[in-house]
Amino acid sequence: MLTFQLSNKRFKHFFGGLSSVAITLLGLLALTFFIGRVMPIDPVLSVVGPDADNSTYEQVYKEMGLDKPLYTQYLYYLNDIAHGDFGNALLTGRPVIEDIARVFPATLELATVAIIFGIVIGIPLGVYAAVNKGRAVDHIIRVISLFGYSTPVFWVGMIGLIIFYAWLNVVGGSGRVDLAYDGFVDPVTGMLLIDSALARDWDVFQSAIKHIILPAFILGLNAVSFITRMTRSFMLEQLSQEYILTAQVKGLPKRVVIWRHAFRNILVQLLTIITLSYGSLLEGAVLIETVFAWPGFGQYLTSSLLLGDMNAVVASILLIGLIFISLNLLTDLLYRVFDPRTRK
Amino acid sequence: MITNSTMKSSSISKSTNANLMMLLKTVGHGCKRIIRNPLTAAGLVVVILLLVIAVFAPWIATHNPLAQQLSNSLQAPSAEHWFGTDEFGRDIFSRLVYGSRITLYIIALVTIIVGPIGLAIGTISGYFGGIIDTVFMRITDIFISFPGLVLALAFVAALGPGLEHAVIAIALTTWPPIARLARAETLQLRKADYIVAVQLQGASATRIIFRHIVPMCLSSVIVRLTMNMAGIILTAAGLGFLGLGAQAPLPEWGAMISTGRSYMLENWWLVAAPGAAIMLVSLAFNLLGDGLRDLLDPRN
Repeated sequence: MLTFQLSNKRFKHFFGGLSSVAITLLGLLALTFFIGRVMPIDPVLSVVGPDADNSTYEQVYKEMGLDKPLYTQYLYYLNDIAHGDFGNALLTGRPVIEDIARVFPATLELATVAIIFGIVIGIPLGVYAAVNKGRAVDHIIRVISLFGYSTPVFWVGMIGLIIFYAWLNVVGGSGRVDLAYDGFVDPVTGMLLIDSALARDWDVFQSAIKHIILPAFILGLNAVSFITRMTRSFMLEQLSQEYILTAQVKGLPKRVVIWRHAFRNILVQLLTIITLSYGSLLEGAVLIETVFAWPGFGQYLTSSLLLGDMNAVVASILLIGLIFISLNLLTDLLYRVFDPRTRK
Repeated sequence: MITNSTMKSSSISKSTNANLMMLLKTVGHGCKRIIRNPLTAAGLVVVILLLVIAVFAPWIATHNPLAQQLSNSLQAPSAEHWFGTDEFGRDIFSRLVYGSRITLYIIALVTIIVGPIGLAIGTISGYFGGIIDTVFMRITDIFISFPGLVLALAFVAALGPGLEHAVIAIALTTWPPIARLARAETLQLRKADYIVAVQLQGASATRIIFRHIVPMCLSSVIVRLTMNMAGIILTAAGLGFLGLGAQAPLPEWGAMISTGRSYMLENWWLVAAPGAAIMLVSLAFNLLGDGLRDLLDPRN
């Protein structure tokens, strides 16, 4: 529907952007290919096992195309990926792509709850800081958000576990749900909160909430900081404009001026910021999932790394790169669609 | 020939002297303004403290950071062991003190690698433009399209775990923003009158870039590098935590948290102290970088 509204010029511009994305994508593939190549793990050995004799080894070596020149191998690699073939994972013996599809919803669930924390806490803090610019509150909020930037998430996760799980016992410990409830609900979406709600299994739902709240909150801390800082600076920009002065002179209540005038004008910018920080939660997820034994994508990546499972690592990294590129493209598009000033 | 070169060198030394005076004046003026902002000053104090601790580690540490004493393992903080002992009976305070050296080593090495590379790529890209610019910026885009830690993870996976490999991996992930910044600055400078004047004098591109453009980009690049340091510390700690950075028995803070994890529910001090150290140092660099940016930003 949207494309119909796009004028010819913007249409071209958008596809110009797409072609540059395609080049970035090819580079991304080259990078992951290169990483897979220089890994100090013999890909043949991982297939045939350490006891195989030389002739088997040679045969598999040739079957995998390793005797061909590098660029041919790269083309093979591109071909495989175009067909959705990322090879099998060492640990599970199943296609990597199936593994990732299985673990990804857990991460998506965690990141979604985390970004909700980020929005609900970050935006009011940022607006409040901007309105009280230069006062003590502003400085306190600035220091709080700098803390969010400066703390290692995995450490906060552990301290959170020590305090809220070991000492106070108000949250669930590791994993997505108490062990007693494990496997109670059949995965439909793969997101436990939704699945258990669909199955009307409120015990599991409650347990899942107790388990997700702490890791999601801690994962969201970084997003809180980022959203707070950006909201503050966007708001400051708006509040210094003349239309705000006009609104004030008209005698409108402060609340109306702030929320209905200034805040509405930063919504588009905020939307793009939120999309970007949603993507960067993936980075924190790698660490937080390790701390909380959260069976998601991040944990899959790190455990494959430690095992030296090349196929799984390359596919995971590629996926993260893809998510990042698409989120960037999405924010670009959001801007063009929603912000009339970028239309020419 | 000899007189010519001596004349040249004396004139250079004169101009460097003048430059040095200017620089000292600016730095002195800057220091005053830094101290006026309490948050920036706090950041500066912590960074200086970190340097002092790293330099005088043998005198500050109360125990040998590597000496194991199994009969004394997992002791809670006390007068003898200020931050307690770990699972091998090693003094955590002393390990933290020596760990500051590893942290500084990582920061320094990454910065030394990343600064010149970022500057070179950015200025060359910006000065020449055209196809060189496109190629360089595409490469930069590819590296930026990953979150830092994930890309570093991938490189460490390719190179194998270890402190030096972690440094290389982090360096590979931190140069693109520097390059972009240097490019943006160069694009503004390229058309400046003084650059055109040097071009008309017949100066080579290399000379223009390294003698006339790079020095102008330095201040903003240094600010950016300072702000990067917080990120470097966190990424290094993350790699250490995942077991891919510094290896045992090195007292790297992230690795200390990682090994302490198995005992943390009963012995909180194993993870509390190193994490607090990481947070404090990273916060300090953030505050300092923030302050420097405000200082150099003409809009403030």
